[in-house]
Amino acid sequence: MTATIEPEVGKGRLRKEDERLITGRTRWTDNLTLPGLVHLAVLRSTVAHAKIVSIDTSAAKEMPGVLAVYTGDDLDPEGKIGMPCAWPVTPDMKSPRRPVLAQGTVNFAGEGVAVVVARSAGEAQDALAEIDVEYEDLPVVLGLENALAEGAPLVHEELGTNRNALWVFDSGEAGSGGNVEQAISDAEVVVKRRFRQQRLVPAFMEPRACMVDPTAAQLTMWSATQIPHILKTMSALTLGLPEHKVRVIAPDVGGGFGGKIAVLPEEIMCLLVAQKLGKPVKWTESRSETMVAAHHGRDQIQDLTIAANRDGTVTGLKVELLADMGAYLGLVGPGVPILGAFMFNAIYKIPAYHFACTNVFTNTTLTDAYRGAGRPEATFAIERMMDELAAELGMDPMELREKNWIKHEEFPYTTVSTLTYDSGNYEAATQKAMELFGYEALRQEQRERRERNDPVQLGIGISTFTEMCGLAPSRVLGSLDYGAGGWEHAAIRMLPTGKVEVITGASAHGQGHETAWSQIVADQLGVPFEDVEVLHGDTQSSHKGLDTYGSRSLAVGGIAVVKAAEKVIDKARKVAAHMMECSEDDLEFSGGKFTVKGTDRSTGIGDIALAVFAAHDLPEGVEPTLDSEAVYDPENFSFPHGTHLCATEVDTETGRVRIRSYVCVDDVGKVVNPIIVEGQMHGGLAQGIAQALYEEAVYDESGTLTSGTFADYLLPSAADLPSFTTDRTETPSTTNPLGVKGVGEAGTIASTPAVVNAVVDAVRHFGVNDIEMPLSPMRVWQAIRTGEKAAGGPGAEAGGGLGSIDAAHGGAQ
Amino acid sequence: MIPAPFDYVAPSTVDDAVRALADAGEDAKVLAGGQSLLPVLRVRLAAPTKIIDLGKIAELRGVREEGDHLVIGSMTTHYDVQRDSLIAEHAALLARATDTVADPQVRHRGTFGGSIAHADPAGDLLAPALALDCEMVIQGMDGRRTVAAADFFEDFFTTSLAPDEILVEVRVPKHTGWPAHYEKFNRVAQAWSMVAVAATVRTDGDTIAEARVALTNMSAVPVRARGVEEALVGQPATAEAIRAAAEHAAEGTNPTVDANADVEYRQHLARVLTGRAISAAMAG
Amino acid sequence: MRITVTVDGTSYTDDVEPRTLLVHYLRERLGKVGTVVGCDTSNCGACTVHLDGHSVKSCSVLAVQADGSEVTTIEGLARDGQLHPVQQAFHDNHALQCGFCTPGMIMQSIDLLADNPDPDEHAVREGLEGNLCRCTGYQNIVKAVRDAAHHMRPGAGPEAERVAGADTGSRTASSVGGGGE
Repeated sequence: MTATIEPEVGKGRLRKEDERLITGRTRWTDNLTLPGLVHLAVLRSTVAHAKIVSIDTSAAKEMPGVLAVYTGDDLDPEGKIGMPCAWPVTPDMKSPRRPVLAQGTVNFAGEGVAVVVARSAGEAQDALAEIDVEYEDLPVVLGLENALAEGAPLVHEELGTNRNALWVFDSGEAGSGGNVEQAISDAEVVVKRRFRQQRLVPAFMEPRACMVDPTAAQLTMWSATQIPHILKTMSALTLGLPEHKVRVIAPDVGGGFGGKIAVLPEEIMCLLVAQKLGKPVKWTESRSETMVAAHHGRDQIQDLTIAANRDGTVTGLKVELLADMGAYLGLVGPGVPILGAFMFNAIYKIPAYHFACTNVFTNTTLTDAYRGAGRPEATFAIERMMDELAAELGMDPMELREKNWIKHEEFPYTTVSTLTYDSGNYEAATQKAMELFGYEALRQEQRERRERNDPVQLGIGISTFTEMCGLAPSRVLGSLDYGAGGWEHAAIRMLPTGKVEVITGASAHGQGHETAWSQIVADQLGVPFEDVEVLHGDTQSSHKGLDTYGSRSLAVGGIAVVKAAEKVIDKARKVAAHMMECSEDDLEFSGGKFTVKGTDRSTGIGDIALAVFAAHDLPEGVEPTLDSEAVYDPENFSFPHGTHLCATEVDTETGRVRIRSYVCVDDVGKVVNPIIVEGQMHGGLAQGIAQALYEEAVYDESGTLTSGTFADYLLPSAADLPSFTTDRTETPSTTNPLGVKGVGEAGTIASTPAVVNAVVDAVRHFGVNDIEMPLSPMRVWQAIRTGEKAAGGPGAEAGGGLGSIDAAHGGAQ
Repeated sequence: MIPAPFDYVAPSTVDDAVRALADAGEDAKVLAGGQSLLPVLRVRLAAPTKIIDLGKIAELRGVREEGDHLVIGSMTTHYDVQRDSLIAEHAALLARATDTVADPQVRHRGTFGGSIAHADPAGDLLAPALALDCEMVIQGMDGRRTVAAADFFEDFFTTSLAPDEILVEVRVPKHTGWPAHYEKFNRVAQAWSMVAVAATVRTDGDTIAEARVALTNMSAVPVRARGVEEALVGQPATAEAIRAAAEHAAEGTNPTVDANADVEYRQHLARVLTGRAISAAMAG
Repeated sequence: MRITVTVDGTSYTDDVEPRTLLVHYLRERLGKVGTVVGCDTSNCGACTVHLDGHSVKSCSVLAVQADGSEVTTIEGLARDGQLHPVQQAFHDNHALQCGFCTPGMIMQSIDLLADNPDPDEHAVREGLEGNLCRCTGYQNIVKAVRDAAHHMRPGAGPEAERVAGADTGSRTASSVGGGGE
């Protein structure tokens, strides 16, 4: 047995996952096939709101290769099946039934109306064109304020309102702070702003897919999902299936970013159709389907009022949100904006705080989690407000932040929104970031450019953020009316040859758990990194778990692995003492070996595993296994933080923004693998920057998504993004044994306001105090020209597309 | 997604292709590089019953000299246009614009003639073809005819090609040694041009002797910026003269409105980018 | 229609519907599922393969158009268990996370190195503009491509032979990807 000397945790291990991914030996759901597999294609509504007068599937059924065509009424004649929402945020929340396929009415363009089953995917698609649906138009509800207006048409007539829920937190009522109205009326300075969080598309690269095999003992579903365990339980609950007869497998999953936290109508459809036909079925969506049918993210209007003294001390913060749910509630959709409630006060000591969020239905694709889920919205708003307040006060924006943030010696600190931040050091991260950035030199250049009226103006944007991650303590989720807990499960199997299998309830889809978990276990058990195999994503092998989202995998799932390893060592200790004929107390465990204190007598964990396997000579009452499992429920969230600094150049003649430099120093606590952490930061930054500058899901007035392909929804390529300077400080979390915090969402949460602050800073001398996201060249140019807050674009037609105008015109060649 | 079914032929001569096109009737589509057509077929925005692939016709590929013209076969790929030494010498503007077309993979498959015949108003080769007074050589059942670029582009995605005609080659008057620049403005690298300006100039000492300027996506068809050209000729090659001339760039344009740009902004961009294109061209 | 295509060094003859896209032929007929489909508008580049030595988006090529051609996919790069230097560099530089875009990224990176054996950061970014990645923010991909370029320089070792000729600007099918002699 080779003992590892140098700790694995902290090493920049290259990933175990890579080998199959760089050679194309992957197991994406769409790669899989089964004997006799048939294919589904879903007919989707082209209208946003209409009564379904009739659906004629007779011609489609006659098409070559077609086995069956089903409508919602065919699959669910009693209209009983509803897609689950696990987060009833208030007791009186309005919750419409979301059918598997539309029944009676369609409520957004993209909603499934019928499904074709055919021998090939092509034949299934061919038959879609032969289904004849007659619609009777209903008024289309679009826009948060329109939906709430007096006399507005209703998305769901039976609910009597477009208001889904009103969720309120008030520090005066909660006893965690003062009365915000009092703070505002007493304030020396009050700044109000309205921000818009545009609607975004998560845009995971692997389109969603699902395959169901009804021919085995269990009903087995493969799905490109982030949440195989939740999906299994929810499928059983939704369809009344016996849970033990359902197995869900998430094979290789190509990204999620929250977009694959869902129980899909298509998954339920696959289960129903597979059972009806007794054949394995597969559904793989096209990207065009993803865009209209997979849930979107963000989409809020944020009204903020901040109160302060002239010296910059913030005295109160009032937040009023409108959040667009779309036409139905997603699995955790109503809770997403509520997660932000705890983060608007951010790193600041704010004595009075009020938060109110109204969730609203519209005739659009539903919204739900997208990377950050509630926290990017909160961080954006407060960090924008801090810049606006600084401008109002004539203070340097960093100085204002420093004046209000929690000092490192003040931790643990209980905030006005009742969370207790365990640790942090905002001063250290900020100092490092300012040095790397060259803050003073850039401010000097900014002054010079302004003085000489340079056509290219420079701006500096700051975002000093924190987030709550490691979702979540189960008792906290309970207090928020979430439908499940926040624990995570792990198990360790010690094989007779000394190799180790680790089972985790976290379900990776690109994060690198196989590598990081191997590092953790290698240290805990003193076995080589290579001797650890991590199993996940199959409810048969990894039978218990709550999956991957909310930057929880390491801070919750990783700790469960540690706890399971501790149990293995405890079991092994008894056997080792027996083997070496000593007392357990005389043993010390290090580097994979139990050593009798003060002697050179030792036994390796591998030898113990073999002895336990043989079980010839075990101490009395000891089971012949070292295998162990643990379920870890965190006592608190973890609170990574960081200082992000962005310098942008704004071409005032065209409005184009170029990121000149981007520096971030993040504190994500102890780091298991710095290479993986850095990669998470890079990717997070790219998504946050893309929200600031490029991406927006746009509906036209009829409720058609005009940015419905990757040709219209502008994802940045390598040519559109800069290189980032990333660095870290390390303040361990005090609430878990590894001292880790989580990193999956930090970059996305922090970067959006840094970029927007930088652009506004570049053009503030033109009288600009905000520009709506995404900061398109036209919006920036108009803001500069009019010297005021720029409005949105003039038309809802997306530019671009297959042809730049309308591909249907076609060309001759 | 998968295209709707169609029949496919890949003739090996232009004559055969023209015949196949005439026989197939209205529902046929000509396939050149396919980089616009195939995505349209995939999402089923079009469902032709017959595809006539020009890919096997060797005579449609390549660049040759004919007196004071270059002749570019319509099936010459963007990749080959970018690297062709004759084009670099005699029609650099085409190469610079082609550099900006789509992405490397698309440039390997996409063709010069295909882009021009597709006539997307945001396509990047239309304005350069107009600026250089290219001539389109078209073959149909009745033989060949030649159409000036100014007459070729008729409307959005519409050219003077009859349904049974094929663009076989493009004749480019030599602009030997004229420095050129194509100034493209889009929101991300993959996006279509919001506005772009093709400019190439000939200087005589410190004086601008001739200029060719045309605009992409400022109308349903590419627009020749005659006002700019006239204002430049005879002027000293100074920033001031260029700026003054560029003020004429939006004259006669009629741009569309979309989420990226309204009319006013597009016309403003046309002026700014025209100045930049000319300056960049002259800077070599 | 009957077509004959050489894929990763093996010749296949098959009857295909004209509408079959090259990527679907590779995945569904030949089982080359390493090449994936990420969009339907030719934006994402996940389906990039080499066709007669040049990168193409295999979702925008009909299988019938590939008749008589040589195709190299991600699955044809590694030889005798030895990764292609670009594959190795993607691993070494943590240039992938979920890995869905990776086959296309690697195939396009090899193509760009064939055209430009020593690209600067800007050239790499421009050369990959037709490939989308949602995980990495591209920074480590850029790093990997430049690292691979370093390892593939003449004299850098036997692997470098697989893109030899790139420095003279003469590309042949066998000069890229290591796939199609």
